Amino acid sequence: MPIWLRVAGYAALVAVIIALPHFVGSFTIAEFTYAAVFAMALFGLVILTGITGQISLGQGGFMAIGAYTTAILATNHGWPQLLTVPVGGLVAGIAGFLFGFPALRLAGVYLALATFALAVIIPSVATAFDHFTGGSSGILLELPTSPIGALSVDMWLYYVTWGTAAVLFVAALWFVHGKRGRALRAIMENELAATSSGVSLTHYKTLAFGVSAFYAGIAGSFYGILSFIVTPGLFPITLSILLLAGLVVGGARSFLGAIVGAIFVEFIQVYSGDVLGPVINTAQKLGLPIGDVDKTTPGVPSVVYGVILLLVLFLMPRGAAGLFSRIAGLTRRVV
Amino acid sequence: MLPLAFTWSDFFQQVVFGLAIGAVYASLALAIVLIYRTTHVVNFAQGEMATFTTYIAWTLTANHGWSFWPAFFATIVIAFGLGAATERVIIRPFERGDPLTLILVTIALFVIFNGLIQWIWGPEQKVFLGAFTPKPFDIGGVAISRQDVGVIVVTLITVTVLWLFFRFTKLGLAMRAAAIAPVASRLMGVRVGWMYAAGWGFAASLGAVSGMMVAPVVSLSPSMLQSVLVYAFAAAVLGGIESPVGAVVGGLLLGLATTLLGAYVSFIGVDLELPVAFSVLILVLLFRPAGLLGRQVLRRV
Repeated sequence: MPIWLRVAGYAALVAVIIALPHFVGSFTIAEFTYAAVFAMALFGLVILTGITGQISLGQGGFMAIGAYTTAILATNHGWPQLLTVPVGGLVAGIAGFLFGFPALRLAGVYLALATFALAVIIPSVATAFDHFTGGSSGILLELPTSPIGALSVDMWLYYVTWGTAAVLFVAALWFVHGKRGRALRAIMENELAATSSGVSLTHYKTLAFGVSAFYAGIAGSFYGILSFIVTPGLFPITLSILLLAGLVVGGARSFLGAIVGAIFVEFIQVYSGDVLGPVINTAQKLGLPIGDVDKTTPGVPSVVYGVILLLVLFLMPRGAAGLFSRIAGLTRRVV
Repeated sequence: MLPLAFTWSDFFQQVVFGLAIGAVYASLALAIVLIYRTTHVVNFAQGEMATFTTYIAWTLTANHGWSFWPAFFATIVIAFGLGAATERVIIRPFERGDPLTLILVTIALFVIFNGLIQWIWGPEQKVFLGAFTPKPFDIGGVAISRQDVGVIVVTLITVTVLWLFFRFTKLGLAMRAAAIAPVASRLMGVRVGWMYAAGWGFAASLGAVSGMMVAPVVSLSPSMLQSVLVYAFAAAVLGGIESPVGAVVGGLLLGLATTLLGAYVSFIGVDLELPVAFSVLILVLLFRPAGLLGRQVLRRV
């Protein structure tokens, strides 16, 4: 893709993100704010899973660490909320870096199991140490306020999260650029070959785990601030699963794809039931014996979301990024 | 939890309870091992599939007036069909996919089965009456729960039957052959694809057994087996993920260890049993990546 087209593309994306809250209602603004948070967590997963090849079902666990750091510092120690965000990132990052050492010996399926266990365990540890974490009722946070009079709270949070996401996006591109990026990709392609070419697995894998968890921690801190309360129930295993699904939908190796994945993660939770309407109508027109399914019935959105995930895996194994590059291929031919 | 004054009778009760819960972990772990051996997939949906079939058993007993044992065996058969169909319809198209894709496929199954359970039966808990009365045995002054003993016995019988099947029947031999050397088996006339489906079927049946055994203890709910699945993974890894004997031993050890630690180490209590299981998993992976009974895999450069 010619460079001017790429720059124009990024500029258009930034313009859309800046303009969006002026055209939609506050509910939609809040949805896109959450999407920004998921995008941060997904940038981390792109680095760890998409580029270094280390599968992680534990991203939600590291988000929980960030969120609890924010809640404890802000509510129990009176820190300003936004100031706790980098600390949340750092604490989660250190935890991820340390987890990287045992993870060094794991690959593929075993790593998936260990990170899955991590995502299940962190909320139950939070429940057990209730004098720090408030147990299962959690810690309340103060409602955020907008420091700029012209912006509503929703808009303020929207711009803060998307602004942070933009900084993290650029940082992620820088992180996987050059020698370090080549080393990480080499680990994904072939660990043995990478090692024999002088790439230190210990150094790069723990680094990738640390950075990925740092991203998750930042996302978790914001997630806590947006939710006003941090409880173990805010970080179920399904959150980590959703994030991994978002990664695949986005195309795993692309940070731009991760933004698409993040929007998928947010909207599939809210709207997966709505997809059902047209499907049922079509089925009824075809005369299939299908009753009326109420999309608000518990479980229905999960079923739809699982089926969508299967379809995405089957039909577009390279995710949204695969679509982008196909489109880019077309433009190259046209331009 | 308050630290209890130590008595031997209490200790024996805890041991039996630990073995019973360990038997549940063992059968789910064995299901995971079966599927891993046949298709090299770690089935994250194993617990949800088992819960789904347990709900079928619940429907048969609570809504259709069946007594427990007919419903138990019918459910095992239904579960076999469900497992085999899942392999044929959903796993098959991804057979040659990379491990990440396959893990995500089973995760999608996890979400779908969990959704189906809530859709069909609702999210609230149900009372699942087991085969065993809670009335305890009295052995030398120690009250031993009939329920716990029943779970242990049923699991042992199931595992033995399965072992006999794989060891002494032609189908069992064909399934083992298909798992170890698919290409050669195909040349020898084994329908490898159907063997994979059978592997998934047996795994689903085993999962159904574990679900029906644990449901009377924890009461039936859509998320009933989610934490049990973590223990089962830990048990499977503890035994070396390819070893059936290892999975059973691992499950029993883990059930015993977590129960005793939870009961006698007041710092751990009930809340931290899961983290303890997780630490076991990590430690085993660190020091014996092939598990207690697994084979070491050599890598060639």
